[in-house]
Amino acid sequence: MQVYLDNNATTMVDPAVVEAMIPYFSEVYGNPNSLHRFGTASHPAITKAINQMYKGINASDKDDIIFTSCATESNNWVLKSVWIDKIVNGDKNHIVTSEIEHPSVLSTCRFLEEQGVKVTYLPVNDQGIVEAHTLRSFITDKTALVSIMWANNETGMIFPIKEMGEICKEKGVLFHTDAVQAVGKIPVDMQDVHVDFMSMSAHKFHGPKGIGALYIRNSQELTPLLHGGEHMGGRRSGTLNVPYIVGMGKAIELATENIAEKMASIRVKRDRLEDALLSQLSDVMVVGNRDNRTPNTILISIRGVEGEGMLWDLNNALIGASTGSACASEDLEANTVMLAIGADNELAHTGIRLSLSRFTTDEEIDYVIERFSTAVKRLRAISSSYAIVQPTPGGEAGECHIHH
Amino acid sequence: MAKNDLLGGSLWDQYSNKVTTLMNNPNNQGEITQEECDAAGHKLIVADFGAESCGDAVRLYWEVDPATDTIVNSKFKSFGCGTAIASSDMMAELCIGKTVQEAVKITNIDVEKSLRDDPETPAVPPQKMHCSVMAYDVIKKAAGLYLGVDESSFEDEIIVCECARVSLGTLREVIKLNDLKTIEQITDYTKAGGFCKSCIKPGGHEAREYYLVDILADVRREMDEEKMRSAADAGSHGDFEAMTLVQKIKAIDSVVDESIRQFLIMDGGNMEVIDIKDSPDYIDVYIRYLGACNGCASSSTGTLYAIEATLKEKLSQKIRVLPI
Repeated sequence: MQVYLDNNATTMVDPAVVEAMIPYFSEVYGNPNSLHRFGTASHPAITKAINQMYKGINASDKDDIIFTSCATESNNWVLKSVWIDKIVNGDKNHIVTSEIEHPSVLSTCRFLEEQGVKVTYLPVNDQGIVEAHTLRSFITDKTALVSIMWANNETGMIFPIKEMGEICKEKGVLFHTDAVQAVGKIPVDMQDVHVDFMSMSAHKFHGPKGIGALYIRNSQELTPLLHGGEHMGGRRSGTLNVPYIVGMGKAIELATENIAEKMASIRVKRDRLEDALLSQLSDVMVVGNRDNRTPNTILISIRGVEGEGMLWDLNNALIGASTGSACASEDLEANTVMLAIGADNELAHTGIRLSLSRFTTDEEIDYVIERFSTAVKRLRAISSSYAIVQPTPGGEAGECHIHH
Repeated sequence: MAKNDLLGGSLWDQYSNKVTTLMNNPNNQGEITQEECDAAGHKLIVADFGAESCGDAVRLYWEVDPATDTIVNSKFKSFGCGTAIASSDMMAELCIGKTVQEAVKITNIDVEKSLRDDPETPAVPPQKMHCSVMAYDVIKKAAGLYLGVDESSFEDEIIVCECARVSLGTLREVIKLNDLKTIEQITDYTKAGGFCKSCIKPGGHEAREYYLVDILADVRREMDEEKMRSAADAGSHGDFEAMTLVQKIKAIDSVVDESIRQFLIMDGGNMEVIDIKDSPDYIDVYIRYLGACNGCASSSTGTLYAIEATLKEKLSQKIRVLPI
């Protein structure tokens, strides 16, 4: 058996989505902007996808949902264009974000800092979320934009977006949320929250890679990131990626219809897995209150077991999981979320993320429970953290030599 | 960046078969107890390096025969990724049968080379080299404990890049000899900074005492100073073309003072040196006429030739004088 538990990284494309996309490669292939029948033949499918998107997040017809190439593009678009509109060509100079955003937000913010923009990186609490009152205290009359994720990719923790939206509305500050980990996993209702811009990505909810979207409340102004042939009403140029737009529409429909039932079904499996790991293993910790998490995510810390070593053993057992910890990532840093929530430093290199999907089965969960424990036992047997014979006097480890 | 870097490749695919085999089944994993050593009349040495909070920790066990200082058995425990496990295992393996004095000479590079499947292909990708550095550090620590000396006494030079084991002395020499100007050049010439990158500048994986950026800046500054000193020496020996700009201006001024200015003043005029520009063929001296010289018909003909001829004779044939 092989089990894919890395659905926060990407998901399997639902076969029903693939099926919906197929005609738009070699049958209906005209450019939707062409006047002839080859072009216009794609219009019904695009219109359907647009409707599916608006319904999926309950957007108003006054709002815009613009298809992009990915959420990284959507995030770059908002940050860079608000910079141009409100800072370069306006009197603002400040952006507020959090310290645990996705790299497409954090790296862009660092780039903007190099251009002279002041950026505040809000801290998270021990649950790994930014508290709304923290946000309030950092907004100034120079703040152009607040950009806070809806749910975190590592922990699954859900941020108080409704409250934050109200604060931004009250302060007259633009509010962007990277909802990549929220859309399709939890209910997202744009008429219930005050959000100006929201980034989405199809491949996180069983759609194809290479397509995302940006929600823009009330069709408000935002200088384009991509200039060109004035596609999508001039907001985002580039020939419409028809099959992928169709796929994204189908995927959001499948993910959001009866979402409460889907969530409940995933949650039951996630909780069973989490309970089993917590009860079978000693010295383990799960980050964040389960009730305030996306229902598919577990970030578990296993004392004495380094993250990449654990991934290696899980991979040998044909289980795909992930870690942001030390050895696994190319930049060799400790798990930033773990450090941010102030977790014991010793646990910062031991985080393993298991993320389920609606395709995860009970048999797969049983298998993971068994193999996960086997891996922990093997690695703890090797681990110096569980060694019995103590160092010769003078042979103890000195100060940590690694820079965080 | 180029075609082969676009995908980045899988970290794990770059491990040698030996590394993956030892990751899955380390041979020397485990502990040696005091009782075992006592029974054989041997000495037990246990040394730790790193910590869980660093992301890497290793504990090395040696059973040493005090009669010969030979390490008769060696084991390890490791909190670390697979590479750390494999390199710790190889380290323990390499220690067995050696005397403590011999074991100290085992470096992380020896460990890495022993993990290669073929001599030409690295056993681990560059960013994993630092995992093997701990093996070297913990051996030194164990040897220090056994011999009762400070572990730093085993290191006779300052190692700046631990992954590639490049010393401060080597780096300084290579920068100077090859006139290196960038960190990339240093990495190309010495491999330093090509692995975990901690030694390039502060803020990397681990804090270091020396960073390549500082060493490069220091050596470049020293090289510039040296150049200026030799230019100054050249100046005092009268080699005009080797002089620095300031020295050239001074030398021209002194020739002007000695041999030219008095004649200009006699006619109610004067001149000043504005700038000097060096090119491969000429040294252009820009001057400005003052007083009566300014606008005098001869200032662009006879007087100018006289000034230029004097400077050419006294300083360099490459001089051209240009009034502005």
